Amino acid sequence: MTLRNRLLLLLVAVLTGQAEALAERIKLLNASYDPTRELYQEINSTFVAEWKKGHSSHIDVLQSHGGSGKQARSVLEGLEADVVTLALAYDIDQIAKRGGLIALNWQSRLPNNSSPYFSTIVFLVRKGNPKGIKDWEDLVKPGISVITPNPKTSGGARWNYIAAWGYAERKLGLSESQAEGFMKKLFANVPVLDTGARGSTTTFVQREIGDVLLAWESEALLAKEELQAGAYEIVTPSMSIMAEPPVAVVDKVVDKKGTRLAAESYLRYLYGETAQESAARHHFRPRSESLTVKYAEKFPLIEMLEIDRDFGGWDKVQAKHFADGGVFDRIYAPSS
Amino acid sequence: MNARHKQGRILPGFNITFGITVLYLSLMVILPLSMIVLHLASGDTQAALTSLISPRVLHALRLSFSLSLVAAFTNVIFGLLLAWILVRYRFPGRRLIDGVVDLPFALPTAVAGIALTTLYAPNGWLGSLLSLWGIKAAFTPLGIYVALIFVGLPFVVRSVQPVLEDFDSEVEEASLSLGAGRVRTFFAVILPVLWPSLLAGFSMAFARGLGEYGSVVFISGNMPMKTEIVPLLIMNRLEQFDYMGATSLGLLMLVVSFALMFVANVLQARLGERAAGVR
Repeated sequence: MTLRNRLLLLLVAVLTGQAEALAERIKLLNASYDPTRELYQEINSTFVAEWKKGHSSHIDVLQSHGGSGKQARSVLEGLEADVVTLALAYDIDQIAKRGGLIALNWQSRLPNNSSPYFSTIVFLVRKGNPKGIKDWEDLVKPGISVITPNPKTSGGARWNYIAAWGYAERKLGLSESQAEGFMKKLFANVPVLDTGARGSTTTFVQREIGDVLLAWESEALLAKEELQAGAYEIVTPSMSIMAEPPVAVVDKVVDKKGTRLAAESYLRYLYGETAQESAARHHFRPRSESLTVKYAEKFPLIEMLEIDRDFGGWDKVQAKHFADGGVFDRIYAPSS
Repeated sequence: MNARHKQGRILPGFNITFGITVLYLSLMVILPLSMIVLHLASGDTQAALTSLISPRVLHALRLSFSLSLVAAFTNVIFGLLLAWILVRYRFPGRRLIDGVVDLPFALPTAVAGIALTTLYAPNGWLGSLLSLWGIKAAFTPLGIYVALIFVGLPFVVRSVQPVLEDFDSEVEEASLSLGAGRVRTFFAVILPVLWPSLLAGFSMAFARGLGEYGSVVFISGNMPMKTEIVPLLIMNRLEQFDYMGATSLGLLMLVVSFALMFVANVLQARLGERAAGVR
């Protein structure tokens, strides 16, 4: 709409007293991480249609995608996102703690740790599973090549790492130093550490490197569905982790822009049946009970560890494993 | 007027142009870079600086510097050859090749990285050939070396080319007719004139290699203590929200790069004077 048309419209509105002609236009920006692009395209269009029914205002939802940590830094540095939907709570915590842009109790403001959908970590193997990989302990065997992204650069890959660690501690009953040895053996089997999850998928699928790809179930299902049929199989380990990508309203931004109401209804909408079904179709596990039943075959039951309950939360995990000099660095330290 | 002539300035307005230059340089280069120092000074500087002395950082530094150096050397040799052919010979497709030389400038580095990885991966065209001899290129330092050659190539060609174009081939002919022989003519007559531009191309390619991130992360495999470059470590630290650690690494690279460029510029000026003397 050109300025002239806008002025004309204003004139018409004033003359006829029709406020509707000037219906308020709300714009929301959702800063998300990479693999949710298609999911949010679908959710946004149904949300906009839904909003139209109950409101006189018009709403647009814009999307921004990038690595989870990168998106968090953008918001910290001034990207005016109304909501963030990232790969791990740690990144949203940083926006809350370092920038004070989000209330510290953000994760308790919405149900299910503010994660409207979730996923888990599974194995993608080549057709027929030639190396017979069934569970985490198969990954540390000599001669097995494992593809997983670098947990230092990829937020999503930190779930892979923690799932393996959790299995070593809980299922194999290893002590902490033994678990470190387990991880050392596992990562000795990793020939390439891509910086992100999609990079690892490319390495595994296009470059044909590795016997097994550690991936979010959502990514594994996507790879299986979009690539040549039957070329890959998903192996579900006996124990994995509940990977929760959480969502939050960015308080400072919505209060400044006056979009709190819209932003909050957008996030609540994610828990509704329509959005839940979109999530399930895009390979994320829904929270809705009826849909859990409906998609039971796609998402088999699996014993899942939880980051807060079993590992004491991201702050602890981060400091212990991924900070400089942490367990992950020690794994790669030259053995003396 | 007279005063200006005495100072040897042909065009008026030195004060204004100098002022604009300083302002522009400050806004575009010096201010952003000084933010690095300021940021570092605002926190726990000592902890940040000690974080530089870890085996991983030292390994990455060694890798970044040695590979950039070798790649820049390679580019000097083949870049000179390329520039020579482009200037001295007329052949079909010359303009096309001339244009292709600039591609590494224009191409997004991620595209270059993915293309090179596809080519050099064990199942790629070149990668599968190399693996017949047991050579692994992608996901090894060799792959990084290839990527750095790619991004650095245009610098050498484009700095040598204009000098070669200005070079009078009669000087060469004179040398040959005086019985100097081809090899001696090249080393005693041509090369001295080219040194400054070769050095300029070398230092730019070298500096570019040190800072290169986009193409390298795809082909390197990013293995700690093996194929991890310094810019990747900076990204690692940013992902941990370790701004201080990332900044201290950034500052280190800044200081080293500046020192290198400075030395190269001084050397280039000296060589330039000598080359002028030769002529």
